[in-house]
Amino acid sequence: MSPPPSDNAAGVITAKDEFGTAISAGSFDTELAKAGANVKSRWGMGLFLARRYPLGCVGLAIVLTFIFVALLAPYITAHDPLSTNPSISLAKPSAVYPMGTDFMGRDLFSRVVYGARTSLAVAFGATILGVFFGVLIGLASGYLGGWVDLTTQRVIDMLQALPTLILAMAMAAALGPSLMNTIIAIAIPKLPSIARVIRASTLSLREMPFVEAARAMGMSEMRIALRHILPNTLAPLIVLATAGLGSAILVEASLSFLGLGVPEPHPSWGRMLSESAAEYVRTAPWLVIFPGLAITCAVFGTNLLGDALRDLLDPRQRTSN
Amino acid sequence: MPDGNTAAPASVPVLDVRDLKKHFPVRKGLLRKTTGHVYAVDGVSFSIERGQTLGLVGESGCGKSTVARAVIRLIEPTSGEVRILGRDILSLSKDEMRASRRQAQIIFQDPFSSLNPRMSAGEIVGEPLLVHNIGNSRERAERVAALFDRVGLRASQMNSLPHQFSGGQRQRIGIARALALDPQLIIGDEPVSALDVSIQAQVINLLMDLQEEKNLSYLFIAHDLAVVEHISHRVAVMYLGRIVEHAGKRALFSNPQHPYTEALLAAVPIPNPRIKRQKRLVQGDVPSPINPPPGCHFHTRCPYVTEQCRIEVPPLIEVAPDHWAACHLRQPAAVAVA
Repeated sequence: MSPPPSDNAAGVITAKDEFGTAISAGSFDTELAKAGANVKSRWGMGLFLARRYPLGCVGLAIVLTFIFVALLAPYITAHDPLSTNPSISLAKPSAVYPMGTDFMGRDLFSRVVYGARTSLAVAFGATILGVFFGVLIGLASGYLGGWVDLTTQRVIDMLQALPTLILAMAMAAALGPSLMNTIIAIAIPKLPSIARVIRASTLSLREMPFVEAARAMGMSEMRIALRHILPNTLAPLIVLATAGLGSAILVEASLSFLGLGVPEPHPSWGRMLSESAAEYVRTAPWLVIFPGLAITCAVFGTNLLGDALRDLLDPRQRTSN
Repeated sequence: MPDGNTAAPASVPVLDVRDLKKHFPVRKGLLRKTTGHVYAVDGVSFSIERGQTLGLVGESGCGKSTVARAVIRLIEPTSGEVRILGRDILSLSKDEMRASRRQAQIIFQDPFSSLNPRMSAGEIVGEPLLVHNIGNSRERAERVAALFDRVGLRASQMNSLPHQFSGGQRQRIGIARALALDPQLIIGDEPVSALDVSIQAQVINLLMDLQEEKNLSYLFIAHDLAVVEHISHRVAVMYLGRIVEHAGKRALFSNPQHPYTEALLAAVPIPNPRIKRQKRLVQGDVPSPINPPPGCHFHTRCPYVTEQCRIEVPPLIEVAPDHWAACHLRQPAAVAVA
């Protein structure tokens, strides 16, 4: 909360009206305005943010690149990622095969590009699934309290006691290999942290006078939770979701490396590594370098973006991580 | 007034509260065992007639805000009776209660946390209409614009977010929101305590104008006696969960009957040299409401304390016509020497 301004300065307030309608994000735009941003135009805002968070912009650029590559995969690749050609098995990177070919003669560049589809599908899918159910659990737990809170929190304690990868492995093994199951297996370990964060903000928000006011006007509890509490938990949620994208990519790669992830025929960076690491790392190092590089870049990009978003939206967490 | 019906006019009081109690359990330990209770409100009775304002004063922690919330069931009272326009609201089901919330609205102390930071001022004021399905979107927008105009805000500010308003303007938004449903009763939980003095006057005058215009009843909670004296018709003084004195404004301010009221008034600078001021300071702190002292709650700090005060709870008696006080030193009206 900003300190209470005095009741004068009608001029200042009219000036604020103009951008107040354009940007609707709490006290956020005034904070930026104080920091010297030209908040009256979107470009001014963008430019200011770019100067303030250069790394975040790099992250955003990397993430957007991966998204475009994934979306436009058929247009930027010359070869089918699945078609084998034993005659060109383990070809070195060349003009025709920019990243070389694997032992079955499949174009590695195509496979890395199509692998972005798998990775992003899993990362976004797991994040959306995790956020949806995490928010549901967190809101219910924090808002209803009582035994609902007690039981869900104990279950979450149990989930949190297991390392992410171990839990995801157990889930993937139990559910069996498929794209959807991999998404579920990665989403479940995400639940605890999201539910905890949402629960914590819900606990403080539900005591706020504006929630009491909503109750006093006869609003139903469900509507209060969705209209007054959920929107105010958005900032930490966005931060958490973005920061979680990188780890989801990594967990997917790890699962696939261990043979528990996305099954054939979907190309997966993690599986590409495991197929070639042991046998070909000396003879055909490009088989390991390029998928590894793809994983690293994707995780690096999402982490940079997540860090910048955290700085921007949730200053309280700045020092804790 | 415990016996509101005896001298009351034919109309039912807008708010009638009888023996309202709210005890919060104090839980400790792993099993959250109840180890005691906070006697926040411990048997409070009063009523408010149409178009009248009852000022409820007392130190912080005496249970004023709990009363405010309990009479509109934002907090479920432990026991007692609350009638709004003659209807016992404590017996209403959840849905019935939701519908009858239109009759009583609340204005909060903190103009910053009482408005959702992510909703525009217009959305905030129009929300009660939306909740009760009043009108279509165009009619609602018109109503919101009219409300903005009435509380002294410009309709062009409807799209602004709460942080773009000053404290006083935010409180006006809160008032507009409370007015949206055309309630009979408005509860003000220290609605001006967080504002600058000059803004306080504006907001109080707005509240008084609205009262005159719409014949509203107010339960006005404050700790500032000057503010209460200005806006109230009747005043009730609370101490540790109980009403210790209750009278018409003039009677209470000119002729306090309870030592606590006396002490409160003695602490207020009165800009009138003719009023004799006894220098008497009440010593000590308010005792904890978890373990309130037996007998008269005020006996630990009362300058006139007697043995009886330590044992027996003084009832609220009519010490002068329509002037009620809970003190063993006062006799009922017939023999009272005022």
